[in-house]
Amino acid sequence: MDFSVLTDHLPEIAHGFLITLLSWFGGIMLGAILGLLIAIIQLGAGRWVRAGLRVYIEIVRATPFLVQLFLLYYGGPALGLRLSPMAAGLIGLGIYGSVYFAEIFRTGFLSVPRGQIEAAHMLGMSPRTVIRRIQLPQMMVLILPALTNFTIVLGKETPILSIITVPELTFVLTGIGSETFAYVETLLALCVGYYLMAEFCSRLGQRLESRMGRYLGQQSSGISSERNTAGART
Amino acid sequence: MTQTSQQQVVLEARGMSKQFGDHRVLEDINLAVKGSEVVCLIGPSGSGKSTLLRCLAFLEAYDDGDVFVEGELLGYDRGANGRRLRSRPARLREVRRDMGMVFQQFNLWPHMSVIDNVMEALVRVRGMKRDEARRLALEVLDKVGLPEKADVWPSRLSGGQQQRVAIARSLAMSPAIMLFDEPTSALDPELVGEVLQVMKQLAEEGMTMVIVTHEMGFAAQAADRVIFLDQGHILEQGVPKQLFRAPRTERLAQFLQNYLQRNEIFRDDGKEGYR
Repeated sequence: MDFSVLTDHLPEIAHGFLITLLSWFGGIMLGAILGLLIAIIQLGAGRWVRAGLRVYIEIVRATPFLVQLFLLYYGGPALGLRLSPMAAGLIGLGIYGSVYFAEIFRTGFLSVPRGQIEAAHMLGMSPRTVIRRIQLPQMMVLILPALTNFTIVLGKETPILSIITVPELTFVLTGIGSETFAYVETLLALCVGYYLMAEFCSRLGQRLESRMGRYLGQQSSGISSERNTAGART
Repeated sequence: MTQTSQQQVVLEARGMSKQFGDHRVLEDINLAVKGSEVVCLIGPSGSGKSTLLRCLAFLEAYDDGDVFVEGELLGYDRGANGRRLRSRPARLREVRRDMGMVFQQFNLWPHMSVIDNVMEALVRVRGMKRDEARRLALEVLDKVGLPEKADVWPSRLSGGQQQRVAIARSLAMSPAIMLFDEPTSALDPELVGEVLQVMKQLAEEGMTMVIVTHEMGFAAQAADRVIFLDQGHILEQGVPKQLFRAPRTERLAQFLQNYLQRNEIFRDDGKEGYR
């Protein structure tokens, strides 16, 4: 094996990695914001709006990301939507991610006990304040593992953008591979690249988990003593 | 205290009813609570007393009739053609602004320290400055006897302490009326007393209170009026002495008899009540 292929093309590869990171980050941001909005609307909206969102979620979830991307990039112009490869890639990742994020946030919202929300309402808090101050901080602790997980999954969907010619890491490295016939070296480098992204993400997730869950360490003892007293009563 | 005629009605239900599906939980409830009055709601489980309290706070939407808080219709607005429409959340908050509620399960926010629980609404709803809110929060925590617990997590407290914090949290907003939904039912027996003590003190200071409770002793001592609910109806009401000593209905007599039997330790013949 000869890894000089990689060092020779280092600037291109670095640029490809940067594009991968950008589309990953952009996709997560777009997906998470859309997903949170969908989840919040689902909490309070009427029947028809909820049904509409349900259909959106089911359709996006049930179709392959590649097909969605083709539809957006090659089918878009037929509807007057002309997007650059990068823009189509970002929007595609955002839409694809939004439904999974929406489901994660929805279960999160359901996890906060109803009574806590009633208490907040009786103290005069607006629905927005309740979401921001009572629900989100508590549910984040619970859904963080799922968020980390899906963030890693979305990172590994970014190579699909290469098919619509986004010059990201996979596009660059497979290009170099077919030019120089150094398939093994380039593909290994690709693996290392995605591994680093996933590793960074899971470490960040763990750190946030332990920081946001500080009160849970105390709480678990509280819950168990509550159980004991409940047991003593019956 | 309640006899003084100039005292205003703080909370009133007129012909209120509520049903869940086909089941009528509350039927034609008429109830007026005056300033500084302490009203206890008693009755067998399933009699609708908790639902009644929750309707009075509009945590459950009542179906027919009206509920007024300080003269304002709660939960609904009158439309142009006389039809009733659900109030918007902001309007509901406005009508409820003088109402506090204490729940069976305390419902403290576990991710905030005790003092942050008490301060939260002062800061976010009243727009108070943090140090000002903190001072007021410490004052009410002192009132419920827990000033030294300000900076601990709620989960570190006993049930009785948690409920006192919940009372302080509600009290900090200086409500005109406080609703209590079985405030001691989730507590160990030996922790019930400290919560009832705080409530008694509130009653003595003239707080208007509506309390759903199973603590007949407390009702007898602290209530101005006791209301007995059965199958969604107000079956009997009156001052505690009259109600407990001379029940007029068979249902209430039976309910009290059950209660006494359940709570007796020694029977008249000196043998232990429990086998």
